[in-house]
Amino acid sequence: MKPVFAGAENIISSLGFSAVENISNILTGNTGIAIDDSGIYFPSALPLSKVDYAQLENLFAGIVSGEQGKFTMLEKMFILSITDALQQSNIDITSPDTLLIITTTKGNIDLLDPDLQKEFGKQRIFLHEMAKVISGFFNNPNRAMIISNACISGVLGIIYGERLIRAGKYRNVIVSGGDLMSEFIVSGFQSFQSLSEKACKPFDKSRDGLTLGEGCGTIIMSSGADSFNDVAVSVLGGAGSNDANHISGPSRTGEGLFLAIRQAMNLAGMTPEKIDSISAHGTATDYNDEMEAIAFSRAGLESVPLNSYKGYIGHTLGAAGVIEAAISLRSMKMNMLFRSAGYEHHGVTKKISVIKENMEKEINTCLKTASGFGGSNAAVIFQKV
Amino acid sequence: MSLVIRKYCSIVNACINVDGKTAFSDPEQDGFRKFIRAAYRYFETDYPKFFKMDSLSKLGFLSVEVLLKGESISGKHPIEKTGIILTNGSSSLQVDEKHWDTIRNREQYFPSPSNFVYTLPNIMAGEAAIRHEFRGENTVLISEGFDAELIFNITDLAFKTGSLESCICGWVEQYEDNYESLLFLVEQSVHENMVEKSEEDVIFEPSTLLKIYKQEL
Repeated sequence: MKPVFAGAENIISSLGFSAVENISNILTGNTGIAIDDSGIYFPSALPLSKVDYAQLENLFAGIVSGEQGKFTMLEKMFILSITDALQQSNIDITSPDTLLIITTTKGNIDLLDPDLQKEFGKQRIFLHEMAKVISGFFNNPNRAMIISNACISGVLGIIYGERLIRAGKYRNVIVSGGDLMSEFIVSGFQSFQSLSEKACKPFDKSRDGLTLGEGCGTIIMSSGADSFNDVAVSVLGGAGSNDANHISGPSRTGEGLFLAIRQAMNLAGMTPEKIDSISAHGTATDYNDEMEAIAFSRAGLESVPLNSYKGYIGHTLGAAGVIEAAISLRSMKMNMLFRSAGYEHHGVTKKISVIKENMEKEINTCLKTASGFGGSNAAVIFQKV
Repeated sequence: MSLVIRKYCSIVNACINVDGKTAFSDPEQDGFRKFIRAAYRYFETDYPKFFKMDSLSKLGFLSVEVLLKGESISGKHPIEKTGIILTNGSSSLQVDEKHWDTIRNREQYFPSPSNFVYTLPNIMAGEAAIRHEFRGENTVLISEGFDAELIFNITDLAFKTGSLESCICGWVEQYEDNYESLLFLVEQSVHENMVEKSEEDVIFEPSTLLKIYKQEL
């Protein structure tokens, strides 16, 4: 079995346009969540985690000229994110040995707006069309793999990338996850009454809903540890599961997430005491965080330091798995546990060890999980080489 | 380990085929909505939640329903080792447009959670998982059309990790008046090697998937 390595992280979020910038803000304790009263996304004011579009346009103009075609806001994020990741690696994106995996829930959903649709054409709403534009930009010869599986899309992208490389199908896989803030998404989540009126507080006693975010994250995976400028981290394996319980409500028993964690640990040959940190999904809705706590507790992970990054950058949907895994890889390389923003008073019925302060700790192994609509769950395990 | 296609089911042009033989066809040819309801009744499905689903989920749900009629998956395999891996072309665009219509004018702003929840293509996999209690891997991938290599690779790799013993995989696509599904029930062969394989076993491989899709098998 071939080993699989990961590295070359990029993060575009409300906290910046690179992994370095995002991590530096997390270390300082800055949150990218701010009240948005523009009326663009919702009739009344709401906390949201927004990417700075002016800065995005600046950076994009720096690498792409107008003659290279017109790109939607989300495509610009993908292109910038992948470009930055490639600079931290020596892999060749134009090689048939390199596959691009795009993970997203809604893609170019902003093109439902008739004016934008006129500008880009309706075809561009289709995710396969968006993926073609992105692979075309980089002259990647392969048909991109597109995963659209709600909020676990990003983690599934990493899991499938790992499997494809291990099976020898590709030498390199670039996993890039992105989702845009849109009136479409905000109105939908608001109709579910699942949005908080304040910045979200994962696992906290006073949590009352999630905060939506947007962004893009990229991780490069390769069969060669020497594909990266920095040290590489190994991807041991991962698995998905379904609650088979409810399409929009998490399981009360945490069964699905527990099964995914257990199977990921089996594949990685791991026992609970060998896991040094957990990057949880932690959306800050009542039921989700409770479900996760039950699953972690059932898996014997009560004492493992755990956080949710959603208090910093909100819930970035199909990007979340990749962005949060990218932060986790940095956390491992820096041997630094990051505070779980928004957490003050324990608010779930099971004991879990939510990180209250940034602290130095030797982190060799990290578990990343995600759960989403449709009853889906996924878990993947990283380990230092 | 070899994987076999235990059964397959297609829904296209107001016709439902199981293992290549017609199981139901609607002579009315009166659009997707009427057809899928007629098929639901014909197979004596008793699942009122069906009527709340969006068209894509209705198609995915009924495809799985017909594929598994008379099968007892849970009797043969642990439920956490039964997966559902689907590919689709248009995502949930049809219901996306419906949700968009409820928010495009601030004067007539009435977004509904019962619509919004279907604006993800993997909800159809979730609906099928709930109905049949599959707790294994579930993934929805987007491809421009039926992609035999993609369906094969992703399913095969999931089996290779040991995460699955049985899986429903295939293609479910619906947008406006166009709809098409082709699902395969894939299992590990009970026979250790190819020599012992029964003559009825259809080996799970990309060329076979494509032949079935093109109705050449």
